[in-house]
Amino acid sequence: MSQGLSTEAQHDATARAIAAGRLPRRWGAWYVALHRFRVMKSYTGTVVVAGIGNPLIYLYALGVGLATIVDDNLPDAAVGGVSYLVFVAPALLASAAITVASEEFTYPVMLGYKWNPTFTGMSASPLRPTQIVDGVILSVAVRMAVNLVLFFLLILVFGAAPSPVAFLSVFAGLLGGLAFGTVLMGYASTLEEDTGQLAMVMRFIVLPMTLFSGTFFPLSTFPIWLQWIGWISPLWHSTELARVFSYGYAEPIWLTVVHVAYLAVLIVAGWVWARRIAIRRLGR
Amino acid sequence: MPPRSPRSRRAPVDAGCRCAGLSWSLVSEPVIVARDLVKRYGDFAAVDGISFEVAPGESFGLLGPNGAGKSTTMRMVGAVSTRTAGDLSILGLDPDTHGPEIRSQLGVVPQSDNLDTELRVRENLLVYGRYFGLPGRVIAKRADELLAFAQLQEKGKAKVDSLSGGMKRRLTIARALINDPRVLLLDEPTTGLDPQARHILWDRLFRLKEQGTTLLLTTHYMDEAEQLCDRLVVVDKGAIMAEGTPADLIRRYSSREVLEVRFGSDRNSEVAERLSGIGDRTEVLPDRILIYSENGEAELVRITEAGLHPLTSLVRRSSLEDVFLRLTGRTLIE
Repeated sequence: MSQGLSTEAQHDATARAIAAGRLPRRWGAWYVALHRFRVMKSYTGTVVVAGIGNPLIYLYALGVGLATIVDDNLPDAAVGGVSYLVFVAPALLASAAITVASEEFTYPVMLGYKWNPTFTGMSASPLRPTQIVDGVILSVAVRMAVNLVLFFLLILVFGAAPSPVAFLSVFAGLLGGLAFGTVLMGYASTLEEDTGQLAMVMRFIVLPMTLFSGTFFPLSTFPIWLQWIGWISPLWHSTELARVFSYGYAEPIWLTVVHVAYLAVLIVAGWVWARRIAIRRLGR
Repeated sequence: MPPRSPRSRRAPVDAGCRCAGLSWSLVSEPVIVARDLVKRYGDFAAVDGISFEVAPGESFGLLGPNGAGKSTTMRMVGAVSTRTAGDLSILGLDPDTHGPEIRSQLGVVPQSDNLDTELRVRENLLVYGRYFGLPGRVIAKRADELLAFAQLQEKGKAKVDSLSGGMKRRLTIARALINDPRVLLLDEPTTGLDPQARHILWDRLFRLKEQGTTLLLTTHYMDEAEQLCDRLVVVDKGAIMAEGTPADLIRRYSSREVLEVRFGSDRNSEVAERLSGIGDRTEVLPDRILIYSENGEAELVRITEAGLHPLTSLVRRSSLEDVFLRLTGRTLIE
């Protein structure tokens, strides 16, 4: 073989590589999402049952059951001039997004990096670490949206979303779920070993957040020294936003802007954090 | 048993030449060129100035003990781990700038399987094929062909965790072939497998080699290196100790035959002193003494004539294990 010929062969190989890199460079994140959807398919049952069952139980227990006590004993003004069911429904919707986030952005992330290192497998293919992160977030966002739409339809069945733009509360929930979720993913990505950190997150962050985010009663009923938990909580911001959409809850417009901006900032920050960790961790 | 590697199939290399790359480039452009490759983690240099070249269709091995820097080298060649220093080119591209392009042409079999255990066997191939942007039709066809190649046709719908270690390994290799790669990187492909599973795997790899796939593999098994590698480097502590064909390395660093004698672990070192003059060289290991010689039987006769009676004796051909022992003073598997 002459050198000229072999150099040509080499150029062929290089050109082929460059051509083959095009699609993965553009669509890599989507390929990861497709993989995640296939995995999620194996627990579709859980997603649907939890997606319908949970809202049913919560809406019934709180919006109908607890509401009989609240509505009988408190003036409507205590929860902003609407029935307790209407008050609590958008908040439950926002919490459902947090639940999905804490399912999908914790152990599955640890799994992908460590226990069943599919992320390592992906990073040996043309996919880049950032695309792996994007794909995971994209797939969870879709799953979350499915859950939230189901939830919203049930709220409609309960007649608990009077506003004509009530469907926008789905987006409020999605924003809150992703704001909390991407940050959670960033944190879960940093964990080399699970020595109970994720269980701690559930117990000492997720649970208090649900209690102190104005879900069951307005944040303003708390003493001022406890209200800061609500202000930093993505759930409070998404809950308030969902209420604005769901029943036209009256708050100053600047506050609505703050909700959206705060959640957007968290999403971007968590996303960038998770990407950075992925680049570092998969490129070792 | 898979067929033995036909070492004369490829153009002979002057492995004694330190600038082996020069002679290779005249034969054909190398697929992989690594020059003074360094990877540091803090103060620790996992890879400390490794240079080698791999020609198209060649089967090249990195042989060394655990922790020698083989896997790190593989991850750098795989365009996953970024190098600290040195030059690296795969298919004429730099992994720092063309990672996805390089990886699109590689098949990677990592040291520990990272199949998705939440998916079924065939699904693992389907999702992996997607990562390369291949059309679903092509992936489905290849997946069936590769399941047959990996002797897993019956297992397509099985759960990954129900497979044996050897089957998982074969599935990982099938997955690595889904993009019809130019180069296959195998990191310790048969570690942890039983002898039968290893032979099946070697047979599969040998077929790929025959089809002209370039193989880069790491191993700490001598027999594996001898079975599969046209050429190899012996790596220890992040640096290359020697380079050549297996036969060539044995010729250069060992004798034709080795006589192994055992006198019982408490007497070996005492007896060793009385063996001076017998054989070209001796190595005293905790459990046995190795005597290197062109004629093992003759040395055994001399030992007996000297009035020494080993408990057991064995004459064998020199292997890469002996090369490694000579180069590092240590055995490979400790």
